[in-house]
Amino acid sequence: MQDANYACRSSEHTLARRSFLGTLAATATGAVAGGLGIFSSPVIAQQLKSDQKRVVVINMHGGLSQLESWDPKPGTDTGGPFLSIPTSVPGIQISELLPQTAQIMQHLCLLRGVNTSEDDHGKGRFMMLTGRRQMPGLDFPEMGAVCAKTLMPETSDLPGHIVITPGGGGGRGNDSAYLGPKYSSIQLGNGNPPPNTALPGGLTEQSELARHDFRRQVNERFLNRRRTAVTEAFTYSYEQALKLMQKKDVFDVSKEPAADHERYGKHDFGRHCLLARRLLESGVGFVQLAHSNYDTHNENFNFHIEQMAEFDRGFSCFVKDLADRGMLESTLLIVLSEFGRTPNINHYAGRDHWSRAWSVCVAGARFPRGVAFGKTNDKGTEVTEGQCDHGNLFHTYLTAVGVDSNGSFNIDGRDLPIADPSSKMIDGLLT
Amino acid sequence: MLDVKQAHVVTQWPADRPLNVCRFDPQGRYVVVGAEDATLARFQLSDGAKVLFPGGHQTWVFSLAFSKDGNTFVSGGGEGKIIWWETATAAPAPLRSIAAHKGWIRSMAVSPDGALLASGGNDLVVRLWNMSDGAAIRELSGHEKHVYSVVFHPNGTTLFTGDLKGAVKQWDVATGQLLRTFEAKPLYAYNDGQGVDFGGVRGLAVSPDGKWLAAGGLHKASNPLGAVHEPIVCLFDLASDKPEPVRQQIAEGVTQGIIWGLRWLSDGSLMGVSGGGSGGFLIFWKPDADKDYYRFALPSLAREMDLHLDGLQVATVHHDRHVRITKLAAKT
Repeated sequence: MQDANYACRSSEHTLARRSFLGTLAATATGAVAGGLGIFSSPVIAQQLKSDQKRVVVINMHGGLSQLESWDPKPGTDTGGPFLSIPTSVPGIQISELLPQTAQIMQHLCLLRGVNTSEDDHGKGRFMMLTGRRQMPGLDFPEMGAVCAKTLMPETSDLPGHIVITPGGGGGRGNDSAYLGPKYSSIQLGNGNPPPNTALPGGLTEQSELARHDFRRQVNERFLNRRRTAVTEAFTYSYEQALKLMQKKDVFDVSKEPAADHERYGKHDFGRHCLLARRLLESGVGFVQLAHSNYDTHNENFNFHIEQMAEFDRGFSCFVKDLADRGMLESTLLIVLSEFGRTPNINHYAGRDHWSRAWSVCVAGARFPRGVAFGKTNDKGTEVTEGQCDHGNLFHTYLTAVGVDSNGSFNIDGRDLPIADPSSKMIDGLLT
Repeated sequence: MLDVKQAHVVTQWPADRPLNVCRFDPQGRYVVVGAEDATLARFQLSDGAKVLFPGGHQTWVFSLAFSKDGNTFVSGGGEGKIIWWETATAAPAPLRSIAAHKGWIRSMAVSPDGALLASGGNDLVVRLWNMSDGAAIRELSGHEKHVYSVVFHPNGTTLFTGDLKGAVKQWDVATGQLLRTFEAKPLYAYNDGQGVDFGGVRGLAVSPDGKWLAAGGLHKASNPLGAVHEPIVCLFDLASDKPEPVRQQIAEGVTQGIIWGLRWLSDGSLMGVSGGGSGGFLIFWKPDADKDYYRFALPSLAREMDLHLDGLQVATVHHDRHVRITKLAAKT
């Protein structure tokens, strides 16, 4: 059971209090200035490095065509104009639009039997990121919040839930539901560092630390008697902001080698993949990025040529680097959409929404490598083997990174299942 | 006698798959079509007799061009091959196959003297071939985006090629030198919200007198992924030094329309074929006017067209798996 008690004697509170006291001591000796955040210690950092599991979600926004990516059907009425190509795994072919990805198929696991039976963008997205159907009056935490809660050490200096958005924006997401704002995403608009992470002009680091010391003392006195999820989130937001300021270089992708920028591709998606690699290596537990836009009701094939080329380059470099650096064992990478696209080609040479037979690609953690699991029929209209839905996938993702998906969060004394209790993980898939 | 306002569909023939491209043979006997599959079809104009041309391509055929005498034609496919075929054969089989491009061959044209074949596509390169034996002659590099259209000047000395970004390049055929670039900017848009490039020079035609270059496509692309756009033609004065169009010719109200092909008629009119939300259209402009003076509604969304050597018959190919012959004259 994942504890989220807000009682005064909760282990969470105790740990925070110990860390707080430690921080005061460190501050007194000047050890914090310019260094790690208040909850860190070399021992914890080392443990985090060796044990921590990480999850990356790449959301192919709008609905990637499975026929132009993971499950091509060349030469059929539904196959479209692209051919399929062999991959590094004998017997597995993918679209010719993914030539670099084809060379790293030994790291990937294709789930070709996805059937989510939901063709609405918003509902499909919700299902794929929460593992549940949307229901009136109920909200569920997205995968990022669940991972931040279950995978990240409470003592981490960095946020556990990062979302890199394709456009601008930034700030906090509203995606943690009952887990509370502590686990909601920090959004990096177009991969830029969080805003306001530099000290205002004229404010010295010493006076900034003194301000925070005073705030903590006042807060601590208040929280001893009135500790709630709201007050904790309020306090946490200050501490997290301070940590972000101290660790802002983690978010600066320009510090990655120029050669890597070149390899990943000088477009937003390539840069975002490189930033995701940097965040993972720094200890962030969950990173979500997106590639936009695949909602190709019109000219599906023209748009997929361009979009897939960007994806192919950044994605293949990302996976290869995680593998080369030994991180795939501890990192789960998921490429998903809200649904797939129709086998039928419409009169604008487009494909519409199709959730009855589509694909998700995963890599790492306990997923098998170089495998195509599940099957669709010759025209890609129905799943014929290995069918799974959003609930099965959610259970399987969490299990793959060591989370008991049949467990519960304890929220204010209530047990709330981590994943949909009416669903279960995919049988016989994980290693 | 040409009278576009009397245009009417003379006949239509069914095909097996939605159609993408068509060409009349220069002897006026056949129309050949390419579809959303690897097999071509030839229809005899006199009676609609259909003959299939299998075994050449691995995937969709995007472009067609006839030899000057009409005895052979070439097809360009999504796998990057150009295949030579005998036009009138009863037992079609590829005469020659060359790996011409990496990716789709979107457009091909034969020079007015019949000696050269030009091809362009997704590898950004335009190539010139010897039409008689398929030998490579030269490559023309410079496009930054997919090449959508190629067409020779009527005098045969220069070649025009248009791309996704609306750049129309004029090349010296004899040397391969780039002479100038016309900017059909209204035909291209990058949609930041959707993160997609959209548009392109979908049709390209030089007037028989060499005065006008017309580049057609789409504009008002407020929602590229949802097919929200209208057809447009950029008209360039070839005698001018200006790279910008002298006129933008529009067809108001043809929602979801794209110009897929352009031909000049004997009365000096420009004819474009467009798809649209409510079907397909043949749209007619005079060179001195922005707005079309007539549009003829076709029964289904049209994707390409060609003009018969008689200047009166128009072949159009449609998503509803039909090729239609429209006559630009009064019924007889």
